[in-house]
Amino acid sequence: MDAAQALADLTEISSQIEAAVLFGEDGSVEGSTLDGEGAAQGLVDAATRLLEAAASFRGEGGEVTQVEASTSDGSVFVVVDGPRRVAATTAANPTVGLVFYDLKSCLREVGSEPAKPKRTRRAAAAAKDEKDEKDPGDA
Amino acid sequence: MRRLLGLLGVLSGASAGTFLYRRSLGRRRDRVDVYFADGSMVSFVEGAAEADRLLPVAREALAAARRPAA
Repeated sequence: MDAAQALADLTEISSQIEAAVLFGEDGSVEGSTLDGEGAAQGLVDAATRLLEAAASFRGEGGEVTQVEASTSDGSVFVVVDGPRRVAATTAANPTVGLVFYDLKSCLREVGSEPAKPKRTRRAAAAAKDEKDEKDPGDA
Repeated sequence: MRRLLGLLGVLSGASAGTFLYRRSLGRRRDRVDVYFADGSMVSFVEGAAEADRLLPVAREALAAARRPAA
């Protein structure tokens, strides 16, 4: 699934998320719900600095996977999954666990293979019937 | 009369306690929760040196996201 589709799904399932940006570890924007590239890049820059500052508190090996900054104006979430990151903003007092869950799901969806159409039992039976008609000796 | 005064004292004490408790609940302090790969989490509350470094960056992120498009 591409970044735009994953973000569209994210904002559809999570009404708490006001804005979200998908970005790489080099700070490049992969997709955004924000109008304008400047706003998306601004959010990415701040999210990257948030991750770097948070990691510096732990020293060597302190790999940060998630950050939530809660202010009276709203909250900022950043989730890391390998080389890909997502940053999102919400209004004040969001349901933290739910937002993290939705952001992780979004990251998992990006880059995943599009779901293959499932082969139903009926389709399998039809295929078998067709095969039997062609080669009646096998049955 | 003494019983009435005692009752009034208990009631006013309970009201004051409820008011202070509700006010402390209503005042949420800004904070930053950081989750690490080893499963640990650290919470920095406003006033701590770490929070004072992270919270301005978080406010910048909020401002960037809410800035009207040019």
